[in-house]
Amino acid sequence: MTTTLLSGRRSARWIMKILSTLGTVAVTFLGLLIVTFLIGRVVPVDPVLSVVGDRATQAQYDAAYHALGLDKPLIEQFWIWLVNVFHGDLGTSNLTTRPIAEDIARVFPATLELATVSIILGTAIGIPLGVWAAVRQGKLVDQIVRVVGLVGYSAPVFWLGLMGLLLFYFKMGLISGPGRIDLSYEYDFTPVTGLFLIDTAMQGAWGAFANVFSHIILPASLLGYLSLAYISRMTRSFMLNELGQEYITTARVKGVPEWRIIWGQALRNAAVPLVTVVALSYASLLEGSVLTETVFAWPGLGQYLTNSLQNADMNAVLGGTLVIGAIFVGLNMLSDLLYTLLDARTRNRK
Amino acid sequence: MFHSRFLASVAVSSLLLGAAPTLTYAETPPDTLIQAWSIDDIITLDPAEIFEFTASEIAGNTYETLIGYNPKDVSDIYGRAADSWTVSEDGKTIHFKMKEGRKFASGNPITAADAVFSLVRAVKLDKSPAFIIGQLGFTPDNVEQNIKQTGEYTFDFTMDKPYATTLALYCLTATVASVVDEKLVMEHAKDGDYGYDWLKTHYAGSGPFTIKDWRPNEAVILERDENYSGEAPTMKRVIYRHIPETSTQRLLLEKGDIDIARNLTADDIAALKGDDNIELESGIKGTLYYLGLNQKNEYLSKPKVREAMKYLLDYDTIANTIMSGKVKVHQAFLPEGFLGAYNENPYSLNIDKAKELLKEAGVPDGFKVTMDTRNTPEITAMAQAMQQSMAKAGIDLELIPGDGKQTLTKYRARKHDIYIGRWGPDFQDPHTNASTFAFNPDNSDDATSKPLAWRNAWDIPELTKATDAAMLERDAKKRADMYVDEQKKVLDNGPFVIYAQEIEVLGARKDVKGIVIGPSFNDNNFAHVTK
Repeated sequence: MTTTLLSGRRSARWIMKILSTLGTVAVTFLGLLIVTFLIGRVVPVDPVLSVVGDRATQAQYDAAYHALGLDKPLIEQFWIWLVNVFHGDLGTSNLTTRPIAEDIARVFPATLELATVSIILGTAIGIPLGVWAAVRQGKLVDQIVRVVGLVGYSAPVFWLGLMGLLLFYFKMGLISGPGRIDLSYEYDFTPVTGLFLIDTAMQGAWGAFANVFSHIILPASLLGYLSLAYISRMTRSFMLNELGQEYITTARVKGVPEWRIIWGQALRNAAVPLVTVVALSYASLLEGSVLTETVFAWPGLGQYLTNSLQNADMNAVLGGTLVIGAIFVGLNMLSDLLYTLLDARTRNRK
Repeated sequence: MFHSRFLASVAVSSLLLGAAPTLTYAETPPDTLIQAWSIDDIITLDPAEIFEFTASEIAGNTYETLIGYNPKDVSDIYGRAADSWTVSEDGKTIHFKMKEGRKFASGNPITAADAVFSLVRAVKLDKSPAFIIGQLGFTPDNVEQNIKQTGEYTFDFTMDKPYATTLALYCLTATVASVVDEKLVMEHAKDGDYGYDWLKTHYAGSGPFTIKDWRPNEAVILERDENYSGEAPTMKRVIYRHIPETSTQRLLLEKGDIDIARNLTADDIAALKGDDNIELESGIKGTLYYLGLNQKNEYLSKPKVREAMKYLLDYDTIANTIMSGKVKVHQAFLPEGFLGAYNENPYSLNIDKAKELLKEAGVPDGFKVTMDTRNTPEITAMAQAMQQSMAKAGIDLELIPGDGKQTLTKYRARKHDIYIGRWGPDFQDPHTNASTFAFNPDNSDDATSKPLAWRNAWDIPELTKATDAAMLERDAKKRADMYVDEQKKVLDNGPFVIYAQEIEVLGARKDVKGIVIGPSFNDNNFAHVTK
């Protein structure tokens, strides 16, 4: 009897929790979309121009204005758009003349692939560097890591990208140039996921895989470097905080080997806030880095959204915003989940 | 730091690449021409709607218009899909005869029915370029009666007035007059849209190449049309890769990963001049660079101020130094190469003369004025040079930078003081520019026609009449004289400071031969390129 009551209460609590999470997500999305929609409408760019061009007659202009629904009140335009979204229709892009969903499905995998490789590089190198800097606080290593971080924060990514291309592609010939793949490999495999590294590997097209890898490595290293700068600085400060705690002193007194204290105990605790840092870095990479995408002719979400915004193609901008919003919400939820796994206190909290 | 970390990743990459024999770089495939171009302006592939630079060029290589002209001498007009034509005595009807025995890429025969369908379709769809045909008196309501098939290979084209025949023929050289495959297009038509929805992203033509694929912001792929009736192209494929950054285009070209770079800046051109592997090819275009002086501005509306402005540009420095040969000085509204073009350039930088004129205008100390400036490096550099030379005469020119569409929106609403613009002719006849620089039938704010003269609020009833009259003059010599007269008037008194004509410069690998750069974008031709 008591057990049933208890489990009933627990499930009610879970349902409440899920409902409140869903409510928060819905409100966040609605706010995000309203703001984006309004920004799109106050931008001093005439969306009709990108449809009919500069030379259209007044009649053609008016026809396009009407077809885009711009003659309706703002609130009604937004409502129509929202209803369509709930029916799974994100609308059509004025620029590419294709459904937004199709456009996003085409450009997003390019960004996803680049962002994923970047975050792997950034985390795999950034965390050990941060730990190392914290352990050797004030020493040469720490200074070096700090300078690396500073350069990563302050150097213009555009410039770094061009210099990287000049050196590694043009002068040294170590990597392939801009773009995702060389044309000669383009027909060696069929894009399924749109993530070329995975598609080529799954279909055993190793020549194409190597080519894709040699294309992605520089832009991914560059973006990875930018996240590395942030991740290593944050790791350092979380680690310094942990290393000053009493349990570390106790462990040392008990004679626990230093490597276990650092990697096993301090880092394990520092990992909790680090999850958020990494998740946020990943999310910002997934928005698409427009400058990197421009320099490397990477057909990703950043370029797509910027081009759409400059042409006031609001359906495309809203569609992209929806995707980015979903990513942020998704990653936030994922980091919450990881928190629960990593931190025993959050698990047991009633 | 970046370097050492990168070496680490290269080490990883070399390990992974160990399995692949060697990575091959440079050298594009011998049967494929690869060009880097910023192609994000393409919004459609339907010739009835295409009006953008890149899409026009693609249509020019993949569709055939009824009429063509020699890009080296535009007065040399010839039939492309049309074989011959005669004009009725009253000058209103042109009887066309089509070439026989030719096929579309689909294998369907090209007949007069296709030509009539294409023209009717363009007028009925009424997209932006429809006016090019519509201005000859065709409306969606009357076009079917006035463009009529008379035999399998013949049709009549009846205009509402006896327009100059060259005007009609030049209109039929424009992309909008491309012959589309009626049978193929109509297979995809729905709700009476003449296949518009389908053709926006597909292909139905008969040019030297076919459009195989368009991936927005990524690439356009053309493939040899095996049914093409002219001389078969040497290249099997022509690929346009979207490379938005010009420095990246230059790197790819120097490395040999592309054959042609299309958006080189003045700096890139200067740097490539000494490169033995690169050939810089150029051709004069019809596009003009100009300043539009809004006549709603109290200072700019003074005739002497307008004249003074024309003495305040350093024309030679702009053309030769800032643009590094991508433009030449040209001041009249008809570009060099057009019938009746006036190629004299009466104005040059003369600060003293300008000061004198400003004094006569009653503003001896100058004034403050703004200029909406598109934020591209070249337009900005030119605008800054103008700012400096104008300052010498006391004019305080404030630059308002903005994105292309943003500045254009403001210009079209007549809310600018000065707009630094670029104007490309829509077809090769002088009427195209006369009808915008010297034509303004209604200067009121709610006018339906908004030519450049309207955008700058220049009320010109006399010139508007002259432009209408020149359209109907069938004697070529007299017609040319009429345009020279109009150009002189605009030069003397107009609110336009036209300062340059564009020269298209592209960088190609040394082994690439046979590129044709024509005056209009749909004239750029790659059918006979070898490498």
